[in-house]
Amino acid sequence: MRDIAAVDIWIVLVGLGLGSFGLRFVFLGIIGDRLMPAWVLRHLRYTAVAVLPGLVAPMVMWPPATGGVPDAPRLIAAVVTIVAGLVTRNVLVAILSGATALYLMLYLLG
Amino acid sequence: MARQTTNSTYWQGVRAGAPFILVLVPFALLFGVVATEAGFTLIETFAYSALVVAGAAQFTAVQLLSEHAPTLIVVATALAVNLRMAMYSASLTPHLGRAPLGKRALVAYLMVDQAYASAILEYERHPEWSVPQKLAFYFGAVTPLFPLWLIFTVVGALVGSAIPPGFALDFAVPITFLAMIAPMLRTSAHVVAALVSIVVSLALAFIPYSMGLLVAGAAGMIAGAQVELMMDRRRARA
Repeated sequence: MRDIAAVDIWIVLVGLGLGSFGLRFVFLGIIGDRLMPAWVLRHLRYTAVAVLPGLVAPMVMWPPATGGVPDAPRLIAAVVTIVAGLVTRNVLVAILSGATALYLMLYLLG
Repeated sequence: MARQTTNSTYWQGVRAGAPFILVLVPFALLFGVVATEAGFTLIETFAYSALVVAGAAQFTAVQLLSEHAPTLIVVATALAVNLRMAMYSASLTPHLGRAPLGKRALVAYLMVDQAYASAILEYERHPEWSVPQKLAFYFGAVTPLFPLWLIFTVVGALVGSAIPPGFALDFAVPITFLAMIAPMLRTSAHVVAALVSIVVSLALAFIPYSMGLLVAGAAGMIAGAQVELMMDRRRARA
């Protein structure tokens, strides 16, 4: 039931591989000791926290697995994951809490 | 303090990196499983872990590929997730900038959150370390991590193809990302960046191919930077 074209997988791999290396190498290898402007650094600090929530939000609200209908077990699992992550600051504990909540809710409500 | 050899800083690095095995192994397994569920072959899954070497960006790419986003959008979005690596690179430069080019390239290839975090902490603690000692520490820190990253990606891919569909594995990706985001919310600026990103992304969800996500990411970054400026000004006035 594979529906992603192999050529797309490999194009993304090459682009992402080269791009990721470029991001890691750019200062270390090319720019050297010169400092970046403060405003660039200030925006770079928020990239991960600005991209990842936007990526996840539609997956949580309209899961493809339910045909895009909001789903109580998945919403509850998402909330449990966030709360566990905020409280423990531990990625692994948050994942396990979220997975436990998901299966429990799917069992109880599904 | 006694003068340290490159051998001793290497082993210090190994000890600093080792605890992160606990985070990295489940992560690698999960990537293997998720990529396989999305239809990746074993070779493709392995190649992503070996050449991209960045869990969050890899998950992003797999997710967007399964949504059939155009490859350019997939690459741009996954690279945006990886932009923090440019910051790591900038902050390591004063310490490792004088190492030979080949070594610097290897440092760049192996740059992961945990290696960077352990290294920068120790470099600031030991300004007396020479460049070879600093390099040895860095390569020590990635020694227990990188091989396991590859091995457990493969294990995940092999296990993943044996997991029956309808095991709600679709939700492994959101849960993993949410778990990564929560500990990043250190300041109100981070929280605002995340909230703006969510609101814009949901509002623009009608735009095809996840292109709204790029707008949401940019909006979140600007929001975070502006809140940081406001907080700095308020602190300066107080």
